Amino acid sequence: MEASKTLTIEKEQRHPMDELLRMDRIPHIWCPGCGIGAAVSAFAAALEKLEFDLDKVCVVSGIGCTGRVAGYIKLDSFHTTHGRAIPFATGIKLGNPDLKVVVFSGDGDLVSIGGNHFIHAARRNIDMVVICVNNFIYAMTGGQVAPTTPIPAYTTTSPFGNFEPPSNIPRLAEAAGAVYVARWTALHLRRLTESIVEAFQRPGFSVVEVISPCSMYYSRINKLGEGIDMLRFYHDNAIIRHGEPTENLDIDYQKQIIIGRFVDRERPTFMDSYRKWLSGAESISKEKVDEKN
Amino acid sequence: MHIRPREKPFGFEKPKSPQGEIEIIEDRCKGCGFCVEYCPNDVLKISDKYNSKGYHPPEVVNEEKCCYCGFCQLICPDFAIFIVEKESEKSKKAETVESKK
Amino acid sequence: MKENQKGVLEGKYKLSGNQACAEGAISAGCRFLGYHPITPSFEIVERYAQRCGDVDGVLIQMEDEISVLAAVLGASWTGRKAITVTSGPGLSLMLEHVGLGVMLETPCVIVDVQRGGPSEGLPNSPGSGDVMQARWGSHGDYELIALSPNSPQDMFDLTIEAFNFSEKYRTPVLIMADEAVGHMTDEVVISPPELVERKYYRGPKEKYLPYKWDKDLIPPMVDIGQGYKFHVTGLTHDERGYPVMDEYCQEWNVHRLIDKIRLYSDEIVRIEEEETEDADVVVVSYGISSQDAQNAVKRAREDGIKAGSLRLVTIWPFPEKQVTELARKVKTLIVAEMNYGQIFYEVERCSRGSANTVLISRQPSQVHHHEDILEAIKKV
Repeated sequence: MEASKTLTIEKEQRHPMDELLRMDRIPHIWCPGCGIGAAVSAFAAALEKLEFDLDKVCVVSGIGCTGRVAGYIKLDSFHTTHGRAIPFATGIKLGNPDLKVVVFSGDGDLVSIGGNHFIHAARRNIDMVVICVNNFIYAMTGGQVAPTTPIPAYTTTSPFGNFEPPSNIPRLAEAAGAVYVARWTALHLRRLTESIVEAFQRPGFSVVEVISPCSMYYSRINKLGEGIDMLRFYHDNAIIRHGEPTENLDIDYQKQIIIGRFVDRERPTFMDSYRKWLSGAESISKEKVDEKN
Repeated sequence: MHIRPREKPFGFEKPKSPQGEIEIIEDRCKGCGFCVEYCPNDVLKISDKYNSKGYHPPEVVNEEKCCYCGFCQLICPDFAIFIVEKESEKSKKAETVESKK
Repeated sequence: MKENQKGVLEGKYKLSGNQACAEGAISAGCRFLGYHPITPSFEIVERYAQRCGDVDGVLIQMEDEISVLAAVLGASWTGRKAITVTSGPGLSLMLEHVGLGVMLETPCVIVDVQRGGPSEGLPNSPGSGDVMQARWGSHGDYELIALSPNSPQDMFDLTIEAFNFSEKYRTPVLIMADEAVGHMTDEVVISPPELVERKYYRGPKEKYLPYKWDKDLIPPMVDIGQGYKFHVTGLTHDERGYPVMDEYCQEWNVHRLIDKIRLYSDEIVRIEEEETEDADVVVVSYGISSQDAQNAVKRAREDGIKAGSLRLVTIWPFPEKQVTELARKVKTLIVAEMNYGQIFYEVERCSRGSANTVLISRQPSQVHHHEDILEAIKKV
């Protein structure tokens, strides 16, 4: 990468995040005003705070704009099929429980096509952190309506306005059994960083939803301005209410968005229960094998 | 009880808030304006010049007001801006620590 | 990961085909089984579940077959040998991830205990209706390896063979068993197998390129967590693993994925020929039908007919060379399969008109009786 000159200092510039990024692929493909880059920034800041052994952190993404995150982060990373990042990550976690597994994907990927897997991984309480960037639309494929699109937003496949009620991701996560559920926006990045740190520290299935602008599709088609206008909207309309019951967290079109930390509880993780079961099972199988069938 | 403001003993100077120097990697910038909007001290402004991709990157206009909060570095979606603690402030701090010893 | 020999059996056991498959996986060092319950393959899981504790294996029931194969691929990347078991309807769901396994070049084994189809079909009856789906089911161009056992001992041996192939060629391998073989009980000899281990990269971390292949067209692999910080994607990619979506990369990478199996087909293909040297009529079969075909051929020889049998142990890559050669020597090739004609078309294609090809199909649930095959031989 050639050194860029600034107004103040002339030397080779290394952004503090450059070590965590695949520099040979920067600049990335996200649009101007997209919030995914900010979410990745917060993730990097969280990893720095946690001081993990970065060799043991693994990122799995699905398909979509947020799905490209795996391709830009310099860790063991996988860009898998649409909606199946969570089961892939489950396989990785069970194959090597010492790894820290992060699923970084979008709302359509995780809660629509991947909804089934989201529910079951939460039910089982697989120890992983899921960062779901919610831009209310299927952006990569051209701006189609998503299960999180509010009523009556316009998208390319809802040209007269969406009429399907949207999903409430924190409520779904809580009902399925997630141990830590939080929602922030692409503006509230310091709190998002703290939340990601907390999500890693909780053993079990943690979900952090990041409401993000989509300047190319969602805000353009609905004439909401650009990314900066969406951030101004979050600034004025996002209310922090920790512990709010998740049934109140529905997002209505261009109305108040409630953000904060909603669920923080303890449940035995899958591996804890599995190990208990396995140690009990050993004695049974010994008998059967001695019988030589 | 009335509290009289006192001067700190040993003749130290009044503590100063940290100051940062902003570095902008102009060719990565996509002109979104997040850093300009959310700098708490209005240190940045969208410039009139173009980078190699045709966007207007930000420029520093109030350098002495930068308080090293790091929000521009955190919010930039393109990793195009970062801050470094100002050299003079760093060395002053080091001096103060030394003289305390 | 060096396979764990703790708890592996040795000796003669009376096992069903499904149980033998589970033991084969354990002997091969497989320590991860992901599954979704489906008839008639669940005895494999039941056996593995009983043996899990002895061998420190991981067992997980996923919510559907789509997630099963995704989990198996993920586990394979951590260095564990991983297997899944399913049947026809499950394989239909897994196909997208078969494609992902081929593209990411992930070793894994998929056991398809076939049943009657299409759709739910006949869950408790044998069939061979998935053989074409195994080869052509996933989208795009690819090659993979599929083996067809015909007895419990074969189930054990071919499971080990499947793991060896998958580790050597870095590809998903299918075992196309059927319900009859799965539920048949027989004596199985479990002996220490010869295993092929994964080819690992041992060079400097900063120079690692996930898809830079060696002379054998197969790139060395690494496990997650060893500090190589690699990226892999299902998109068409270059040797760095980064998506590069142009025709040169497609040609360069995807063509290699096909070649790495096709160019080694001589090593991969296994067939069993009986009395084909002077035969006029040869019965081509695989799976459970091959047992009856071999009996029919014996009876035909007793009756003075010059019959021979060709059993396809490897279905894919298809033994083209062997079938073409045989077609030149014999007058008729009879294909006996438990479907309405799938491998028959491959045989016909390979015979290139040198020999007459006849299909005896049995619909799923009715295993060929050797009398029927004998009759067909006599007719010809």
